[in-house]
Amino acid sequence: MSAPATALVVLCLVLPVSATIAATFLAGGGPFDLHAAFLASGFRRTVVWRTLEISLITTALSLVIGFFTAYAISRSPPQWRSALIILAAFPLLTGVVVRSFAWLIILGRNGILNDFLVWIGIEGAPFPMVFTKGSVIVAMVYLFVPLMILTIVGVLENIPDDMIEAAQSLGATPIQTFRQVIFPLAVPGLIVGSVLVFTGSFNSYATPQLLGGDQQMMMGTFLYQRAMVAFDWDGATTVSSIMVAVTLAVVIGMTRIAKRLNPMTT
Amino acid sequence: MTGRLHPALIAFAVLIYLFLMGPLVIVIGAALSDTGYLTFPPQGLTMHWFERIFEMSAFRRTMVTSFQVAAISTGCALVIGIPAAYALNRYRVQLPGWLSTLFVLPVLIPEIVLGFSLLRSIQVGAGLPVVSTLIIGHTLLVLPYAVRVISASLASFDFSIEEAAISLGSPPVKTFFTIVLPNVKAGVIAAIFLAFITSINDVSVALFLTGPGISTLPIQILAHVEQFFDPVIASVSVLLMVLTVIVMAVVERTLGLTFLTK
Repeated sequence: MSAPATALVVLCLVLPVSATIAATFLAGGGPFDLHAAFLASGFRRTVVWRTLEISLITTALSLVIGFFTAYAISRSPPQWRSALIILAAFPLLTGVVVRSFAWLIILGRNGILNDFLVWIGIEGAPFPMVFTKGSVIVAMVYLFVPLMILTIVGVLENIPDDMIEAAQSLGATPIQTFRQVIFPLAVPGLIVGSVLVFTGSFNSYATPQLLGGDQQMMMGTFLYQRAMVAFDWDGATTVSSIMVAVTLAVVIGMTRIAKRLNPMTT
Repeated sequence: MTGRLHPALIAFAVLIYLFLMGPLVIVIGAALSDTGYLTFPPQGLTMHWFERIFEMSAFRRTMVTSFQVAAISTGCALVIGIPAAYALNRYRVQLPGWLSTLFVLPVLIPEIVLGFSLLRSIQVGAGLPVVSTLIIGHTLLVLPYAVRVISASLASFDFSIEEAAISLGSPPVKTFFTIVLPNVKAGVIAAIFLAFITSINDVSVALFLTGPGISTLPIQILAHVEQFFDPVIASVSVLLMVLTVIVMAVVERTLGLTFLTK
């Protein structure tokens, strides 16, 4: 009964993606010629490093913001809790294009923030904000904080109340309870959330396209540029293979670590 | 785990919610402004930019394409996803472990790489028309939602009811449609709406699978923003937000939005 779905995933996802990756080993003289040539180019190395840097900063900021917000949600009164979850889910279900476009209105050269800075008479305003690394990071954090909040709320709600009560009845202060009971139990959830945000940032397209442009090219925008503007399919397949390799390595590696760190399983 | 919260933590959460809601409020304000450029707060109020969307053939056309593609791929994903979710729950022990991993693969593989690979292998390689490739891409994209949401509903279904019906002489296929499916109706409805909005919002897969005369709404929005900076895009965004509200209302009624935290 699962045959049609299996066939579709194998034929239209596993095979085409494998073909794309295989192409990078088959083109050129040796199996790693394309990858070596790719990393030999200073510009392309910059794209890889910039993507890693932006993704790591986005993940770290989303993690801190998401954790404290999720903690506040999970400890708020029940009638508030569902409203707060709905408010966090709304941006999550709103499209990436809409959410990135919103930041274009705010950070643009004639955007709201610059208008405001000119109005209050800041020296040097308007500042160029769009097409900087900072604007990409702000929009990315905006994109991924809801995902982080909902993931961590789910984990925090799963912590049995008995466990917290037990800690408190044994004399733990609220801070000790947080540090020695709640936080360790939340770690696997923090890792899952971080993996989702990191891979999401690493593979994003719309946000770096709208807020980064050509100046802040990331892997996603570079893949599109190679494939559809430069018609350099060798370049495009190489970018694809790096994106798949990084994504799978992070997902598999971090899932292992999350399992090992989960105090519930050991 | 309700309890007392430190005032600093409450203040922090309030700030984060302002950060989350602010930009969307700004988009709504900009859509209603009667200026020819994007601004907030709106100078004067007008619905003109909403009328403008439907006057522009590029938006009308891509909106229709997006809805058609979303409807067809949601339908396809359900037709193959429901039996898959059923098999995963009913025959969990007999099925190989990698099978459930296979259905989450579309989430693991970068969407943009999937889009490019479909262009390379299916559209250029196998010579399939652009629309068909786009529908295949979106079916793959929404399949994990269909399988996951319906599996979650099936997980609480008591399969002994189905066995009882069959042992009393009801044919298996009829039993599925009269006993199993009505019991997971809420999950199926939620899956339809979640799959639909995922397809409508997609950029990364559709990016490579548009051709002469065929484009989707998000791709058209991206193209428009790069040339013009008028409130039309803000009003299109508001329409998409209305769609989000509808989807959320349906998911809340069927599964409950706390499902999203699982």
